[in-house]
Parts: sequence; structure tokens; C-alpha cells
Amino acid sequence: MGTDLIRLPDGRFVVLEDNLRVPSGVSYMLTSRQVMKRIFPELFRYTDVRPIDHYPEALLTTLRALAPEGRGEPNIVLLTPGVYNSAYFEHTYLARQMGIELVEGRDLVVHDNVVYMRTTGGLRRVDVIYRRVDDDFIDPLAFRSDSILGVAGLFNAYRAGNVTLANALGTGVADDKALYAYVPKLIKYFLGEDPILDNVETFLLTESVERRHVLDNLDKYVVKAVGESGGYGMLIGPHSTAEQREEFRERILADPRNYIAQPTLMLSRAPCFFDGKVEPRHVDLRPYILCGDKVTIVPGGLTRVALRSGSLVVNSSQGGGSKDTWVLQ
Amino acid sequence: MLSRVADSLYWTSRYLERAEHTARVLGVQLNLMLEQDPKSSDRRWLRVLASLGYTKPIPEDSDPFTVAQTHALEQITDGIELARENARQVREQISSEMWEQLNRLFHEVRRLESAGLWKSQPLDFLAVILESSHLVQGVTDSTMNHGEGWQFIQVGRFIERAAAIARLLDIYFREFPARQAMDSGEHMEWIGLLRSCTAFEAYCKVYTADLRPERIAEFLLLNSEFPHSVRFAADQMQHSLEAINQAAASKRSPRVAKIAGRLSAGLIFTPLEEVVAGLAEFFADIQQQCVRIHAAIHEVYITYSIEAAIEA
Repeated sequence: MGTDLIRLPDGRFVVLEDNLRVPSGVSYMLTSRQVMKRIFPELFRYTDVRPIDHYPEALLTTLRALAPEGRGEPNIVLLTPGVYNSAYFEHTYLARQMGIELVEGRDLVVHDNVVYMRTTGGLRRVDVIYRRVDDDFIDPLAFRSDSILGVAGLFNAYRAGNVTLANALGTGVADDKALYAYVPKLIKYFLGEDPILDNVETFLLTESVERRHVLDNLDKYVVKAVGESGGYGMLIGPHSTAEQREEFRERILADPRNYIAQPTLMLSRAPCFFDGKVEPRHVDLRPYILCGDKVTIVPGGLTRVALRSGSLVVNSSQGGGSKDTWVLQ
Repeated sequence: MLSRVADSLYWTSRYLERAEHTARVLGVQLNLMLEQDPKSSDRRWLRVLASLGYTKPIPEDSDPFTVAQTHALEQITDGIELARENARQVREQISSEMWEQLNRLFHEVRRLESAGLWKSQPLDFLAVILESSHLVQGVTDSTMNHGEGWQFIQVGRFIERAAAIARLLDIYFREFPARQAMDSGEHMEWIGLLRSCTAFEAYCKVYTADLRPERIAEFLLLNSEFPHSVRFAADQMQHSLEAINQAAASKRSPRVAKIAGRLSAGLIFTPLEEVVAGLAEFFADIQQQCVRIHAAIHEVYITYSIEAAIEA
């Protein structure tokens, strides 16, 4: 999963949001490190940067540990929506690095609640699917019936325990930005600890006092739809027009449970190289966390950059860039 | 390997071979047209259309030459586009050099076509196609692992080649009687046939420049060493299908081996006199066998039903 972190003006790192569905960017993290090593080898020679290229191996180990009972040598595949998907490069990259088969929905069939892939040698059983297809599209029998990216009957095979899906279906509930507001309480309740990294101050717009305050000050807040990702469904108050604020006001009043608000944070800035000049741009940090039988994290992450000067939108699906990120020994 | 990937590799190769063959045939005919009596033009281009598998009637307001140009160009550009599209779907399976070459060919053809090279200098346009196709094949052979995927590429290439040569021979032998004393016009046409299979020089090395239709049939059908003979193509196909059988280890592979083996055996063991006595049937039979081999490959390796696979 990819948990997004930002740095506040006082230097503290805080958690901006969680992404447990199909967070992308790992391949950018890995390839930008490769590029940096090739272009600036001297830098690496004299600086003790912790390596990250074991990520694919760590991911594979995690996936292997998730195999259903009794499947000793599990057949692990990466399910991709295909060549037209914006993250396709990452899918092929990871599949190749892990040495697993890259499949599309049409390569898989379900028979007697067991998942198989169509090979020239016949049907081969599949045990673990690292799936990069959204929940909605993954099984036309269970979810969107118009989806051609999924596998009919996959959900049944999953329920029967014959195949493991990573990330599991429904993990998106943890991405819900309203749920995010409760995370510190969840940590206290289940682990008996205080969070090491704090949340950003978040207002649930179902609360009438908070809702009124936010609606009166829309130009100072960032309003987010709870179920979206990729920077969509978002209003950035200080950068918005009166029409956009009015539109969001209507939406909030119509469905308050669907929105949260956070004070507009000045994401920290880092120097970036543009057209021969060094200029500041807003950034955030997304480390990649693997949860299998244990929790693993590679020492690094993706620093995402809002390429337009002054913009706070860092998401790659909206044209954000990225930087190699070093954790020193 | 994944059935879908095998299928895409097969078609990439098959479409590219089709585009190359069409370009070659067209180039040869355009050259011949310059040397020949304009009255024979219509018949020539109807022959070309037949050899490319075009069976629709010529519209009232057009003529065989125009229709043939259009159809051939379409077959070439569509072939290249489909070859590239299939390769794109399985880009990780092929070498990056192969992809780059194929992609370059695709873009170059589009550029040249819109720049008007096809209209102004068709022979130059066709030369680019032929050269680039050879380049793609050469790069594929030297940069891709000769594993199961590469074997499917070979099968696609040679099945298309075998069928195309058989069809070409069929058209020629219907049109031009196989007699000893041929006039210079017919002489040119037989050279044209050989050139359509890059075979003129190779033929001369084996038989000298004495062109005899029976020998031409023998060379293009039965010669085991020349890459554009049906026999050579059948041998390569069989060899590749055996390799695929080893790699895929499907229980239903013997079916494909039998059908492919029959084609090869027919070409190895049928006495020449028998071939010559029934050329038309022989050519037709080869084409039918290619269709059967294609169907068998798909049924065994690619589009098999789940029930068939579970039982196996």
C-alpha cells in the first residue's frame, strides 16, 4: 500500500492519506533510482544511500506467503487491464522483475471455482493474483457487468478460498478519507499506542458545526470526496473560482457523508531542475509498504512533484512528476 | 506460454510476411507492365488480384489496374499495421530491437504514404517495405530467444509463405500453359513468377537460365534448400511445431504434428511426374492443408474449450 506523507512548516512529517487499492508509482521509484545511479555514480559512491532494488523480491515473498492452504509452489500472476492503461509500464516492469506471468482478464478462466490461465500447454491453475484492476471491473458476474477487463467467476473462486487476491477486494474501504479521520483512534484501540506519525487535521462534514464552518470558509480549505483517488473530486480552496466553490457547496449539502475538509496545507517544496534553472515545487512522499505475513518497507519511496509552479496536485495521473528519494544509512 | 501471447506472435509474423509478399508481387508486376504490351494489362492485373485472394468483381467505372493498386496497397498497409498492433500487445515478449524496427516500419510507411511517395515512386515505396521487412525478420532472429514464442513467429511466417507461393503458382499455371516453346512475353512472365519469390537467381544456379515451367514448379514446390519454396516452408513449420510441442507439452499436440507432417511428407515423397500430372490439384491441396494446419494450431494451443482442456 502507498501511504502519502507531507512535511509541515515545522518540519514534522504527517500522514496525508492512505491508498490500499492499487497505488501506483513503485516502478517510477525503482527506475528513477536506476537512472540516477547511471548518471551520477560518484554521488552514490561517496554517500551511503540505502538500496531499494529488493522491492520486487520483497513483493514476491509477500505474495508467496499469501498462497491458499496446501499450495506449496504457488502460481503467482500479475493481472493488468492491458496496454491501454496508464500504469501499464509499471505492470510489465514489476512482472518482469518478479519473474511472474503478466496476464489480462481474458487469459484467465474459472472452472469449478478454481482459477486457471490459458497456456499453450493447457490450463494452468493460478493461486495468487497480484491484481492491478479495480474492484468494480474485476468480475462481470459480481460487479460491473459491462467490464471486459475482469474474469467471470473470480469472486466465487476467491470466496471459495481457491485463489488469493492481493490487494484483496474491498480494501478500498480503508482509503475512505472519512475513515482516515478515525485512524488515530483505531491505533489507540487496537494497538494501545499513540500514532508515531500524526494525521492532518480533518473535518468530517457530517458534523453540522464543522460543516457550517467549512462552507463559510471554502476558500481556505481543501475539500475531498471520500472515495476518490488520483487527485480527482477535489477542491483546492485558495486556487478555486467562485463557481467551483459554489458547485462544491451544492455537492456537500447534497451528500455530506461523501466529503471531508482539511486546511490547505502548504506542501513543502524541494528544488527541482527545470529548463536549466533550479526552481521550487511542491512535493509529497509516498513510501511503499508490503503487508503479508509481516510488514516490510523499502527504505525509500516516491517523492511526487507538482510540476506546475504553485500547483499542489502531485498525482501522476494528473501530470505529476517524481524524484529519486534517498534514505541514508 | 500464454495462449493469447502465442496467438499475437503468430499473427504479427503472418501479417508481416503477407505485407512483404504483396509488396514483392506488386513490384514485379509494375516492372513487367513497363516491358509489356498495354493490351495485356487487364489480364495481368486480374491475375494479381486473384493471387492476392481478391474475388470481388471489378466495378463499372474502374479497371483491374486501379483496383489492384488499391487492394494491394491496402493489404500492405493493413498488414503492417496489424503486425505492429499484435506486437504491441505482447511487447514484453519480443526483443526491444524487434519492436523498434517494426514500429519504425509502421511509422515510415504512414509518412511515405502521406508524403505521396506511393503515388509518385511506387517502386521506391515498395523497396522500403521489402528492406524493412527483412530487417525486422533479421533482428528478430538474432535478438530474440529461440524459445516457444520465436517458434510461433516462425510458424506464422512459413505458413503464410507456403500458402502464398502455392496460390501464386496456381494462378500462373492456369494462365500460362506449360509448354517448351514459349514466346518472349511468356518468358518474361515466368521470370516474373520467380522474382515474386526472390527465386530467379537461385533457380538459375540450379537449372541454368533455361526456363522451363516444370522445373520452375519443381523448384518452388519441392526444393528443400531454397527459403521461398513450399517444401522449405513446410519443413520449417514442422520443425517449429515440434519445438512448440516440446515446450508446451500439450496432450493434444500429436494432432498438429500429424497434419503438419502430412504436408511435408507429400512434398518429400510425391514423385515429380505425379506432381506435374496434377499440378492444379497439388496446388489446391497445399493451400487446403495450410488452412487445416492453422485451424489445428489454434484448436490445440489457443482457442481450446475448457472442457477439452480439463479432460486432457
